[in-house]
Amino acid sequence: MSKLGNLGAKLYRGEVGYDFIGKRKIWYGVSILITITAILGLTVRGLNMGIEFEGGAVFTTPKTSVSAAQAEKDAEAAAGGHDAVVQKLGTGGLRIQIAGIDTGKSDQIKEDLSKDLGIPSDKINADLVGPSWGETIANKAWQGLAIFMVLVVIYLAIAFEWRMAIAALVALIHDITITVGIYALVGFEVTPGTVIGLLTILGYSLYDTVVVFDSLKEQTKGIEKQTRWTYSDIANRSINSTLVRSINTTVVALLPVAGLLFIGGGFLGAGMLNDISLSLFVGLAAGAYSSIFIATPLVADLKERDPKMKALKKRVLAKRAAAAAKAEAEPAGSVLGHQADGPQAQDEPEDAAPAGAGPRNQPARNRGRGRPSGKRR
Amino acid sequence: MATPKKSRGAGTGSKPGRALSLIVIVMVALVGGMFISGTFTPRLGIDLAGGTSITLQAKTEPGQSKSAINKTNMDTAADIINRRVNGMGVSEAEVQTQGADNIIVNIPRGTNEKQAREQVGTTAQLYFRPVLTMAAGSPTADSSASPSPSASSSGKPTDKATSGSGEKATGSSASATPSSSATSQGRAVTDALKADATPSSSASGDAKASASPSASASASADPATAALQKKFTELDCTDSAARTKVNEGAKPTDTIAACGKDSSGQWAKYILGPSEVNGKDVKKSQAAINQQSGQWVVNMEFTGSGSKKFAATTAKLKDQQQPMNQFAIVLDGDVVSAPSVSSVLSSNAEISGSFNQQSAQDLANVLSYGALPLTFHEQSVTSVTAALGGEQLHAGLIAGAIGLLLVVIYLVVYYRGLSMVALASLLVSGILTYTLMTLLGPAIGFALNLPAVCGAIVAIGITADSFIVFFERIRDEIREGRSVRPAVERAWPRARRTILVSDFVSFLAAAVLYIVTVGKVQGFAFTLGLTTLLDVVVVFLFTKPLMTILARGKFFTGHKWSGLDPKRLGVQPPLRRTRRTAGPVDPKEA
Repeated sequence: MSKLGNLGAKLYRGEVGYDFIGKRKIWYGVSILITITAILGLTVRGLNMGIEFEGGAVFTTPKTSVSAAQAEKDAEAAAGGHDAVVQKLGTGGLRIQIAGIDTGKSDQIKEDLSKDLGIPSDKINADLVGPSWGETIANKAWQGLAIFMVLVVIYLAIAFEWRMAIAALVALIHDITITVGIYALVGFEVTPGTVIGLLTILGYSLYDTVVVFDSLKEQTKGIEKQTRWTYSDIANRSINSTLVRSINTTVVALLPVAGLLFIGGGFLGAGMLNDISLSLFVGLAAGAYSSIFIATPLVADLKERDPKMKALKKRVLAKRAAAAAKAEAEPAGSVLGHQADGPQAQDEPEDAAPAGAGPRNQPARNRGRGRPSGKRR
Repeated sequence: MATPKKSRGAGTGSKPGRALSLIVIVMVALVGGMFISGTFTPRLGIDLAGGTSITLQAKTEPGQSKSAINKTNMDTAADIINRRVNGMGVSEAEVQTQGADNIIVNIPRGTNEKQAREQVGTTAQLYFRPVLTMAAGSPTADSSASPSPSASSSGKPTDKATSGSGEKATGSSASATPSSSATSQGRAVTDALKADATPSSSASGDAKASASPSASASASADPATAALQKKFTELDCTDSAARTKVNEGAKPTDTIAACGKDSSGQWAKYILGPSEVNGKDVKKSQAAINQQSGQWVVNMEFTGSGSKKFAATTAKLKDQQQPMNQFAIVLDGDVVSAPSVSSVLSSNAEISGSFNQQSAQDLANVLSYGALPLTFHEQSVTSVTAALGGEQLHAGLIAGAIGLLLVVIYLVVYYRGLSMVALASLLVSGILTYTLMTLLGPAIGFALNLPAVCGAIVAIGITADSFIVFFERIRDEIREGRSVRPAVERAWPRARRTILVSDFVSFLAAAVLYIVTVGKVQGFAFTLGLTTLLDVVVVFLFTKPLMTILARGKFFTGHKWSGLDPKRLGVQPPLRRTRRTAGPVDPKEA
């Protein structure tokens, strides 16, 4: 624990840290690779759409000794040529899906099944599903997704800035692509539960991103008034300092979902709970990844195209070169020199964060810091 | 310096006791509310309680514009379906519109599912049919009544009409005129029509049908006619089963026997010719006040082709003898009204009479409903046994409990003493969620279905996230060398902003989903939105004030198990020393 705490502290102070921004090209590459794989999977393999999207009937039986194979034979006979998919449930019951049958047919099949399997027909649960139902759900989902994206981009653009809004949007699309891609590749069945789970990722995937952005926004206040760090440096520090938070929130969010997925699903076989939790699980993991490796580096990338930030970067690099030159002669002096113009700037970017670069002199910084920072609130 | 620090800390920070007592009061009130309402468990959705859930989707007929499916029509449709479902003695059946074009009918266990489905799945149909014969509603009356049919010579023409019109029938039109039809036909409408000499909508037999009467006599021999005649004679309108049965399987092009109540509430029965104008031909119908008479009337406007048909029909009907100068407005096989026709009418018709606002609107709704053919289409019929839903609920609850346990373990291991605050907050959040869900059952019909359970479980994570954001902030502050009290106060404003922003995003997602989607997704979105809101409430009114109070105590200021022990947080001794001097100054102003 204390080790973790120490790591947290080091991350917070920037003593250790992974250079997310510097290595962003690698991660972009990874993401592009994943995305291409996902798209390939989607086009080549396609999604294994559940019966809700294709239409048909689902019969669920209580515990029975009839084997799945036998039930499949019976069901296919009853359905008169339609294929039946039979799964054994964790409860010992059977789940029989038959695509492409209608109301009248389903009643008849239910009766037949009841005779064949020796189960009273009122104990057999019949779900009749028209394809349009799944279509409706899916269409509404797309519609909801589109509306949400527009609103959230507007909101983030106001609360933060447009670059962050765009980066968040890209990260969100990225998450959804990955999730859908995994579904295509693994061949998990897509049910309305999956769609629900996918939609939930909307809000959740952005949660982590927003936490990092919030920290980034805070730390880059007054960034132009200092010449110590470039925007990327600070962005990197933001990621690192919120890393523990991101990991914790993700772990804590994943635990109940994992509970639903592995325990709930494991005991009881497929069902809506399982469908929702599976897509949530995949989506949440993707969301955590994208907030760290994609969203923030993207913001930094976009931001550094801004002339002001470009100018800042130039200044910073120039200063660093100068400092490096000076440092050979008089290392401490240069640091204190910064301190002088530090007061105006925010304390955070100034003193809190040696992103692993440049000379550090903590005591000195601390002294310089307390007073000026008081201005803020 | 100490004072500004406190007041700055946050509104809640300065008076933590107040916030805490507020939330305690809220909880007590909610629990009290449960006692008052007498419900202690959330209302279970159909998937957990068992029953049948039918999803109907409105379809536009070819040629109908999409705007026909609008909220008003959907509400009217839901209302009518509701009357039907609950009219057959089903208690607690729910009919809700969902999304723009879906109606969900939830029928609890213990009802005749097949019958329910038949009733619900039948689309309400509106037809304007010419009256061929009418009589008082009970079979006894028939004998007397039957003469009238014969007198009117209607029976036979019908047949011809039927056969002849069979193919073309759809084109038939109806026209309405208020007339002094002596009969006991329509209800209020009729009266209206009678009372008022003004033209009003009326349906007339289609050309053939109405023309045929003359030829009629011959047709009586036809077995079909005879059968119909028999049906008619035996029909007892006071028996609802008989009423439902008489029209079973009838097509618009058939000649049918039907029942309707007259203005005095007495049943009357009719033999009606093939439909001449149907609901699709009514463009719109509206309750309004007639400027001249100052009375409530119902205005109908026909579509272009409807007007033509209507005009043709009224032209034919007006010259007929009573009761054949009447047309019947037939909704789902029941005669709603049977005004008689005295002149040719076309695009507009007014039905006037002794309406009050309600009855006029009701009729207008009925007409509009038929007029805009919201044909419903069974999208899914789900019969769920309680056992299966129960099993899923059971599994969900077990999984939720295990998930919660894992979260607790993680929090305790990672945050130590702090985790107690988190757990207490989770508990408060749980109590609020449970009581609210319970109370929302009776209040707004909230039903806990499986996706909602799932939403609640997922929400554990969301709620815990807020604490983590706050705790990590506090720990960051401590890492900067602050002591616990200022650290808590200083961490709060920033954590608050982060929590608000991210909760807002979550809530936005939930709200969009709730508004846009239907059915199960909606239940899920509602739960997510609710828990997100509660998360904010709990963090503001409970977690933060509790932290403020605890920060005053000894345990959290440095106990190694508190979760805020500087050493364990990796505060470096040299750093700490320098901070200490700076520390007191810092937080006040921050």
